[in-house]
Formats: sequence, structure tokens, C-alpha cells
Amino acid sequence: MSASTAQTSAAIKAANAASHAEYVTFRLADQWLGIPVMIVQEVLVPQRIARVPLAPESIAGFLNLRGQIVTSVDLRTTLGLTLRADDAEYMNVVVRHDGELFAFMVDEVGDVLSVPNDAVEPALATLDQRWRAACTGIVRRDRGLLIVMNVRELLRLEHVAS
Amino acid sequence: MDDLLRDFLTESAENLAKLDNDIVELEQRPQETSLLNSVFRTIHTIKGTCGFLGLSRLEGIAHAAENVLDALRAGRLEVRSTLIGDVLAAVDCIKEILGHLEATEAEPEGDDSALIAKLEYWLQVAEGTTIEPPKAAAPAPPADWDGSDRRKQAPKPEDDGGHHHVSDSTLRVGVTLLDQLMNLVGELALSRNQLIQLASAHEDSEFANPVQQLNRVTTDLLEAVMKTRMQPIGNAWTKLPRVVRDLSHANGKQISLEMHGAETELDRQILQAIQDPLTHMIRNSADHGVEAPAERRAAGKAETGTIRLSARHEGGHVVIEIRDDGAGINADRVRRKAVERGLVKAEAADAMPDAQILRFIFEPGFSTAEKITNVSGRGVGMDVVRSNIEAIGGTVEISSQSGRSTTIRVKIPLTLAIISALLVGTAGEAFAVPQIGVVELVRVTEEQHDLIENVHGAQFYRLRDTLLPLVPLHTLLRMKATASLDSYNIVVCQVGEARFGLVVEEVFDTQEIVVKPVGRLVKHLQAYAGCTITGDGRVIMILDTTGIATMAQVSSNETREEAAEAAKRSLALAQDDSKESVLLFDAGFPALQGVPLSLVARLEEFPLSALEEADGHFLVQYRGALIPVLSANPSMDLRAMDPRPVIVFSDRERTMGVAVNEIRDIVEDHVTLQRSATRPGVLGVCVIAERATEIIDTDYFLRRAHGDWFQQERGSTGSHTPKRVLLVDDSRFFLGLLSPVVRAAGYTVSTAADGKDALARLERGERFDIIVSDIDMITVDGVQLARTIRGNPAWADVPLIALTARNSSEDRAQGLTAGFDAYLTKLDRDLVLSTMHNLLTEQRVAA
Repeated sequence: MSASTAQTSAAIKAANAASHAEYVTFRLADQWLGIPVMIVQEVLVPQRIARVPLAPESIAGFLNLRGQIVTSVDLRTTLGLTLRADDAEYMNVVVRHDGELFAFMVDEVGDVLSVPNDAVEPALATLDQRWRAACTGIVRRDRGLLIVMNVRELLRLEHVAS
Repeated sequence: MDDLLRDFLTESAENLAKLDNDIVELEQRPQETSLLNSVFRTIHTIKGTCGFLGLSRLEGIAHAAENVLDALRAGRLEVRSTLIGDVLAAVDCIKEILGHLEATEAEPEGDDSALIAKLEYWLQVAEGTTIEPPKAAAPAPPADWDGSDRRKQAPKPEDDGGHHHVSDSTLRVGVTLLDQLMNLVGELALSRNQLIQLASAHEDSEFANPVQQLNRVTTDLLEAVMKTRMQPIGNAWTKLPRVVRDLSHANGKQISLEMHGAETELDRQILQAIQDPLTHMIRNSADHGVEAPAERRAAGKAETGTIRLSARHEGGHVVIEIRDDGAGINADRVRRKAVERGLVKAEAADAMPDAQILRFIFEPGFSTAEKITNVSGRGVGMDVVRSNIEAIGGTVEISSQSGRSTTIRVKIPLTLAIISALLVGTAGEAFAVPQIGVVELVRVTEEQHDLIENVHGAQFYRLRDTLLPLVPLHTLLRMKATASLDSYNIVVCQVGEARFGLVVEEVFDTQEIVVKPVGRLVKHLQAYAGCTITGDGRVIMILDTTGIATMAQVSSNETREEAAEAAKRSLALAQDDSKESVLLFDAGFPALQGVPLSLVARLEEFPLSALEEADGHFLVQYRGALIPVLSANPSMDLRAMDPRPVIVFSDRERTMGVAVNEIRDIVEDHVTLQRSATRPGVLGVCVIAERATEIIDTDYFLRRAHGDWFQQERGSTGSHTPKRVLLVDDSRFFLGLLSPVVRAAGYTVSTAADGKDALARLERGERFDIIVSDIDMITVDGVQLARTIRGNPAWADVPLIALTARNSSEDRAQGLTAGFDAYLTKLDRDLVLSTMHNLLTEQRVAA
């Protein structure tokens, strides 16, 4: 009896884990976005960034994270939003993708959200093309929509832009 | 020791150690088929390799043991301890022989028949031919082998300090682990640099000593880790004897390949990169360099040719030389070929020393064209060889003594992971330039600005007797330059044969830096070779001089040469502007025709088959574009000659050819137009080399070939009433050249023979919208003219352009102070026209 209870609860846990996904949320202008928590390595305050002349516009440059080179990407530029004021505050969301580190410059970092998979709706057809390409789904929240982004596509947008 | 044998010993030692355990375990668990299989495989591998290496004794034992194990696997025998004992005896014997091999590189003498007989006995049991169980007595040991002796001989590392066995002293380590180590040590070195920088601020701090110690250890560690990645260059040479042998057999040649310095070590990454280029060059030497025996005999050489391959360390680099005593390279043939291929102009090629001519062998246009064995054939793919070597920061040079030898010298860095770099700064950013590409540093102060020449919008620096094309880094990287600098620095870079000067604001120092790859998002940028982290934790970009040369187009021979030639011409003009190089040609007119060489882009010969007729016009494929070809003489039949000599003129985007009968000569003479035009297409007649010569009007031909372009130019002046231009110059030749250009651009042109003439016309009440004047004139010179004009309220507003050969900054300053609005150097037509246009537009806006 007790053995079977343990089995059941493990099964429920597994099912829950499979049906929920956790997202790191961040804000760009008025919009909240989310990326899977698994790929986020850390969140950093602004760092000294070395510019890379001739690089695509949205590449802010390189930063040194404990001896590792991180490519800093300004998501506002990537996603076609207005540029951040020079003195505006921002945060870096460091993600690891294909063995390489990227720092997404975002306006504000929010909570880690656990979202049931069935609460993620397909992207709206009316979304800006650049957004739609990288958007894997939309979550309705009391505070407004959370757009779930795919990092691979975000970085591919970068490539197209270059 | 032979590499193959060394590998075999290392591998066998690892396998045999496991084998003992496996066999013992097998005895306990006879049903374990995976164990049995593993034991079988090990013995099988040893047997196979022994046969390959010619180790017959070892092979015999391994073979017998393998058979027994095979019978076990097949279930024809059962595991029992006597059997296992015999197999273990075989394994011991194998170990014994391996130990001997390691020490002497040869199998020991000995008789294994007893051991083999015992093993074969088990096979008989398996076949059922013997039912008698093996004797319980201990097996007779092989004649030269005794169990107790073996134990004595067994290696004892503890009391054997001096002697290390290969199998003990070698470890197999994954390359990924080595790369990871390299990375970590690199990061450690960076932290060390940061610490040193911090510590240097507090010299008497208690940290000073430990930091010094850390510094020393880190440096040693770095070196040691670098060494782990080093491999002898001989590893890249193993295939070469075979390549040479096959080629010499195929071609009926006798070639001996000598290899020296195979132990020279370099980074494995570099080793991989040079393997193909090396093979290619050796192949070339064997294939095209060394002659057939008969030919060699006739030339008084030994029938057997020699290719000598050598490698050595030379100041942080590895120098590889490939030298053959073959026929050498005939420089004159290369010269002709280079001219034919359009890589260099004929007159420039003649002036080049042989050593320089040979470098064309590395040009893409040279080698891919066709089979060129008659040029001693070093062509095919040498451009690829060069680019591969340059890609790892190396250089390649070729030299040859015709009929005697050819030597190719390759210089490559030891490693790519850590490089020595020069730190420079421009527009507030720091960059690293790999030291291997840097030849020298030049500091240009304000007084030396005269040494900078402006030619067709490109800048050159007069470095001793050469003209160095300048590439301002901030322009290249599209950065905002710091406003007007009094002095700056030129980093003279060498990329292959090309040299250029990278203009930077500051030069800091030289550092050993760890090269880190740039991320994928900026990988496509040619300008960078990677990035690094400096002592203070900043990320800075490492510039790729090869990429920069490509971006700035200083690497291609052609542009460099053309630019340098243009620069030379302008210098020649500056020194002696009355002399002019004129190209003379025959176009079927009674008189010879001439055209200033400065207007000629190139001389070509097109085969008749290349000329295409379309809509009554002739066109030819030229560098990927169709260009029109006109006859210099309307009565000329373009088809009457094959190939047809053509003079190519270029006007920025527009290119066209004028077909002639024969190119006669290039002469330098004082050119004065004696009579004006006799027919369209001719500017006038002058005496050159004591013969009357018609100077052709290139603009007439360009206009006929590209009518639309001049239409646009006319439109661009933006006014329906043509602007009136006064051209002032005491050279009729020059006026003759310039007037049609200006007229063609939609202006009404008047000319004055000197300053006095110009003032006379102004005083007569003639009015001009713009005046373009020479400076050097006898009666009233340009400076006086400008002062007079600016001093007279009636004319003071007229835009003035100085067009002169004088180019020093004093002259420029004097001209601008006198009242010229622009000061241009002869003769850039486009610049003259655009300056005129700009000044007139400005004036209109101001009004």
C-alpha cells in the first residue's frame, strides 16, 4: 500500500513536471517576455561592454564574465523597439546557447514563473513579424500578456539582421 | 623509437594490464561470455599488430593463445584452471617479449615451442583427438624464460629513477581535455595579469612577493600546458616519402627525399593546418621541380634528384624549407605569364627584379588558369597554399636559381592559442594587432604630414623609397575619429606580399595575449581574428591583418600596383610636371597616335573570339563585365587582326576599350600641343620623339561608348543655363586635356594661357561662374591671380579652384590664404568636376 502511494505521488510529480514549464520573465518597454529557465545561467547588473565596430546594430559588444567572453545583445534593437536612453537602467540575462554565452540586455527582470503547458496559447497572427518569428506562445496573466520566446530564433533574428 | 612501435607498446601495455584481471576473473566466472570476448579481442589485436610490425615470435604465441580462446568461445572447450594457467603463461610470455621490445626495440631470441605445444594440446582436446587431461605438473617454461627470473626483471619504478618505460611514462589524454586545460591556464594568465597590475600600484605591499611567485609559476604552467599540445612536425611528414616515391615511379624519375628536423615541435592545431600545404609543395617539387634522369645527366647533375625538407625553430616561429635541386623556375616565363594574365603591366613587370616576379606564382589568377608545366609548373594551387599558410598567420616565400634549384620557405607561428600582440588605440577603443603581421611602427608628427600623399582619394605614406598605402583604422571600422590630431601612428603590416600602414591614434605596448574566439554573431566580420581579455579585465578585439588587407583592398596585387603607380605618376608630376608619359600606337592613320599614359587603365590583347557583336557595337567580356570596344580609326576592320590590341580606359565606373593596330612605345617627353584638333577624337598634334603625333581625346571615345553617363552629368549641374568656366593654365596640353572634360560635364569653357591673360579677360568685363587655375605660371601666377581677384569687389565672389602639381602643405596653405576655395592636385578629373559642382551649389545656397 505504502509502496503504491509513493509510486502514485512520483507519477503525479512527473506528470506535473511535464505539464509545467518555468520561465524567467523580463520586460522590454511595456512588454513582458519569458524564456525557459533552464537556459538562463544568471542575471547580471550592467557590465563594462567592449564595443565591436562593424558588428550588427543589436550587438552591444562583448563582456568579460569571469574570463569568459559573452556576446551582449540588445533585445530592444533585435525586436525593433525604440532605443533605450543612454543613461537608462537595464539588466543582463545571461543565457547559454549551443555552448556559447549571450547576455540579453533587458529593461527589467521579473519573477520566475511556472506556467502550465496548456496555458500557453499559440502566437497571435497579428504580432509583428520579428516577434512572431521568435515567439513560441503567449500566456495570459492578470498583469497582461507574457510572450514566450525561443532563444534559438532570437539569435537567428540577429543573424538575419546582420 | 618508431612511432608505430611506440603506439603499439603503449596500447598493449594498457590492454595487457586489464587482461590479467580478466583472465583470472574468467576462471571464476567461466560463463561470462563478455569477459571471454574481451580477452579474445585483446589477444587478437596483439596478434594482428605483431604480424604488421613483423614481430614473428610474439605473433606465434598470440596466435596459439587466440586459437585456444576461440575454441573456448565456440564452446568446444571448457574453462579449467590448467587451461587458464597455460593462457596466463602465454600472456606472461607476451609481456616479457614486450618488455624486451621496449628496451631494445627488437624481439629477444628464444624458443616458444614448448609453450605453443601446450596451447596446441588444448586444441587437440577440443577436437577430441586427445581425451587425456593435461599433466598436473607445472608447465615447462619456455627455454629462455623462467617465472622467478621474470619477477626479478619486472619493472620497479621505485628503485629505477633514471629509466622510464614508455608504457609508464606515457598517458593517453583526450584532446578536449588538453584544450580545456589550455583555456583554464589562459584564464589563469589573465587573472595573473590583473593581479600584477593591481600589485604594481602598491609596490611595497606584502602581496608583492606572492604575486611575483604566482607570476613565475603561471608562466611556467602556461609553457608546460602549451607543450602538451605540441607535436613533432614529423607527424605531418609521415606520408611524404610515399608521395615522393609514387610520383617518381609514375614519372620515371629518381628522387630522394631528405628530411631534417622532424622532431621540431609545434602546436597540433598548426600541425593540422600545414599538412595539406606541405604535401602539396612536396608534390610540386617531385612532379615539376626535379627533372627526369636523362635531363639531369644532360645538365651535368646527378641522376637522382634531391628534395630536402627541413624544419627548425627560429625566434618563436617554425621555419620549414623545401628545397629541390631541379630545373628551377624561369623568371622570364613567369614574367610573361603574369603580364598575359593581366596581373601586372608589361612595363612594370620588366622593371621588377626576378625575386619579386616569382611571387606571382602565389597569385590566384596565375595558377588556376591552365596547365603551366612549361613554366616549370609550380602553379597549380600555390595560391591555396599561400592562403592556407596565411590563415594561420604564416608567410611563404619562394626563390629559385634557374636550372639549379628552387627553395620555398614557410614561416609559421608555434601556436595560435597565445600570441604576442601590439595594443593600439583609436577613437577611444583599444585593439590588439598580432605581432607576426607587424613590420615596423612609424610615428607621424605634424611636421611630417608632407610625407602623406593623397592620390585618387587614397592615402600613401612615403616610407623610405616606397609608397605605403594607408588604411585609417577608424575609417575601416566606421568609427568616429577623434578630431584633428597633431600626430598619429602607422603600424606597418605585412600580409603575404602586400604591405600597408594601419593608421591608429595611439600605440600602447606589446603583450602576450590569449586568443579567444569571437561569438557566432560577429564571426562573419573579416576585421577580427578573435578577442582577448586584458590585464584590467577589458575585452578587446584582435585585428586580423589579412582580413583588413582584403577589406581595404591592399592585398590584391592589382589594386596595390595601380594605386602605387598612380601615386608614382602624381609624384613624377609634382617633380617635373612638364614631362608626360605618352603611349604611342598605330591605328592605321598616316601619323602615329598618342595618349597620355596617365589616362590609360590597361593594355590588353583580346582574341577575336572574345569580341562579341551586338547591335552594331563590339563588346568584350572584361573582368566579369561587358565593355564596349571602339576602333581608333573608323575605317578599321576589327576582325582583321587576331588577337587585337586594345587600350582600356576607365572613368570610375565606366570602362571601355579602343582597338588599335599596334602598341608602339611609351615615351616621356615635353608635350606641347602644336595644332588643335583636325578631326573628332583628336585633341591636337604635338611633336613627340621628333615625330608628329596626334593626341587622341579619350573623352570623345568614352562619350561615344557611354553617351548616357554624360547626359546625367549634365543634368547634375542642376541648371539650364550652362555655367561659364574659365580654365587658366600655361600648358596648352593640359588645357587640351581638361577642357573637353569640363565641357562634356555641361559647362561653357573659356581658356586663358596664364594669369595675366585671365586678368585681362576679367578686366574686359567677361564674367565667369567659376575659375580653375594653375599655380605655376610665368607672368602672373595663380597665387597673385587669386589675390587680385579677391581684392576686386566686382569679382570677389567667384569660386576659385587651384589645380596644381604643387602639393606641399606650405603651398596649400599659401594658396588657400590667397583666396582659393579649393586646392586640388593634378589630375583627377572626377575630383575637379565634383569640386566645381559643390562650390557652385554652395554658392547658390548661400545666395
